[in-house]
Amino acid sequence: MKQNINLIPLQKFVLIALRVLIGWHLLYEGISKLLISDWSSAGFLSESKWILKGFSGWIVSNAGVLNVVDFMNIWGLMAIGVGLIIGLFTRTVAISGTIMLLLYYLNNPPLIGLEYTLPSEGSYLIVSKTLIEAAALFALAVFPAGSFAGLDSIRRRFRFRNHKKEA
Amino acid sequence: MEKEKDPIQKPTTSLKRRTLLKALAGIPVLGVFSFEVIKKWSFEQKKKNRVIELLGLENLKAPIAVKSLSSKLGDPLRIGMIGFGSRGRQLSNGLGFMHPAEVEKRKKDNSLDGWLEQENLNVAMVGICDVFDLHAQNGLATAQNDIRPGGGTGLKLPVKRYRTYQDMLADSDIDAVMIATPDHHHAPITVEAVKAGKHVYCEKSVALSEDELNTVYNAVKNSNAVFQLGHQGPQNVIFRQAKEIIKKDILGKITLIETTTNRNTADGAWIRHLDANGNPKPGDEKSIDWLQWLGSRPYVPFSIDRYYSWTKWFDYDLGMISQLFSHDFDAVNQLLRIGIPKFAVSSGGIYYWKDNREIPDVLHCVFEYPDRDMTLIYSADLACSRDRGQVFMGHDASMELGESLSITVDYDSTRYKKKIEDGIIDTSGPMISIQPGSGKVDAVTSATEKYYVSRGLTTTSINGRQIDLTHLHIKEWIDCIRNGGIPSANIERAFEEGVACLMAHKSYLEHRRVEWDPVNRKIV
Repeated sequence: MKQNINLIPLQKFVLIALRVLIGWHLLYEGISKLLISDWSSAGFLSESKWILKGFSGWIVSNAGVLNVVDFMNIWGLMAIGVGLIIGLFTRTVAISGTIMLLLYYLNNPPLIGLEYTLPSEGSYLIVSKTLIEAAALFALAVFPAGSFAGLDSIRRRFRFRNHKKEA
Repeated sequence: MEKEKDPIQKPTTSLKRRTLLKALAGIPVLGVFSFEVIKKWSFEQKKKNRVIELLGLENLKAPIAVKSLSSKLGDPLRIGMIGFGSRGRQLSNGLGFMHPAEVEKRKKDNSLDGWLEQENLNVAMVGICDVFDLHAQNGLATAQNDIRPGGGTGLKLPVKRYRTYQDMLADSDIDAVMIATPDHHHAPITVEAVKAGKHVYCEKSVALSEDELNTVYNAVKNSNAVFQLGHQGPQNVIFRQAKEIIKKDILGKITLIETTTNRNTADGAWIRHLDANGNPKPGDEKSIDWLQWLGSRPYVPFSIDRYYSWTKWFDYDLGMISQLFSHDFDAVNQLLRIGIPKFAVSSGGIYYWKDNREIPDVLHCVFEYPDRDMTLIYSADLACSRDRGQVFMGHDASMELGESLSITVDYDSTRYKKKIEDGIIDTSGPMISIQPGSGKVDAVTSATEKYYVSRGLTTTSINGRQIDLTHLHIKEWIDCIRNGGIPSANIERAFEEGVACLMAHKSYLEHRRVEWDPVNRKIV
């Protein structure tokens, strides 16, 4: 994807703000799970209703798999959050985050006829905040969101310099 | 600004300071984030600690270690099982024995390992007595299965089937018996067992009449036998925490305790003679010694319904009072030592399960304790599964107790008035909630089993492991046999509970309030 698109400062600012805000949210989601001793995704996964119902049921019924999923969930959220805030490997973490959020969404989408025992904050019809956050993250992945006010800008510069030396 | 618009197109040998600063813009955000996380965390800790300190519950969550007294080397305690139906099977699991078929089932649902980690109690199941051949054979297969906690060590002692419990009690090769028969046999077997010098673990309820109760009480008191009644609930870690909360008087003056039963299945209403397809379960007059099963009860022709669903008739038990309320009474009595009530009144009827039963399916019992300024209520319905739990109502807070424990401060509390006004205590929800093993998923299948789980009557979480409460209750009994001491559900508690249950039953039958005469030790 082409990196050198010209954006006016306000457009850059909006991208940076979106990146940092989503990063902040995901990082805290990860940390808050870490701070709850005994936190497990089992409750959420056993509520799974739609196309991932069977898969989630399998995760919950295997203690070993559940532990791996819990671990990846907590540390994955934290890594994605940090990556977005400091703008490092922005595209990779934005795509990983999009996949993760889509998995959350697909496990309990607010579709007509699907009812959950866990209460949701807000009222949804098909589109939920999780889906919107996934879409916003994907937008960050297709724009060079880490190139402005992010470590990706100097990472790329170093890479560019090394290429020149080799030439 | 323009100069540095696109650093990619203008590589330089060194980074410009401004570019570097821009690239690092996320770092201060991380700093602010960390600061806020720590602030939030310490705020929540402080809030939690303030409530816990206020209540003096600092040490409440300390893990409780299980004392290992039983697995001492030496001769195993030789145990005879009298009655080997579903409860007998559970007792044998608690002792450390399992039928090969159940071992296979547990392997499939991954619950065998937990059982194999159970403490080895150094016991031998050497005798089985059951009037039904099938149950007796199950018992023999269970006793002879060497897949056991602590690793099988080979069966050193032979296992024998006894046709009658009298034969078993006469055998000097038996040290102790566990009684899991229908309730009408509990008293006579207990009396003969302690007279024969055997220790007794008896399932609830202890007796179905005052005469029986007095006979059991005197027989146990005049013997050296260790007697334990089968109320495993107080072995729950949650229960010990409840005890601590009562001791610290956090609830204020308790004037009302409400215990409840809500079940809504045929099995929960003791219709148990049919299998899942609606066909009668196995057993006939050839394989069941019917006269022995009836014992001293009036003769009725053999009935598979009576054999499996005996709880429905007053000849064999007291219905919900003895089967369910007795657990609740024991829990309250262990916590508050309420003893025998002064008055009791019961009312109810058969309103849903209009089959051939005598026992009510909706029942209320009210027990008065004027000396303690307190009332105990039992409210039960076998045709609605709405969960109501057990609640201890105090002037300053109320406590709900079951598989978890929660305390909610009363809005009009005198003691916590200031704290409520200052916003330190929130009365809109529980102030303290203890969920053992939270986040763990346990497979609980049948509705009746769910009832027992919700009452905290099946397993408890100790040091992160789920431990069978029945095992802990049996272990307490065996520890007392080996090392001396009095078990928690001893004959004094059993007597108090027996009187309370018989008062409620008498009131139901006679449609009047009954009273306990402590001088003559009689219900009047």
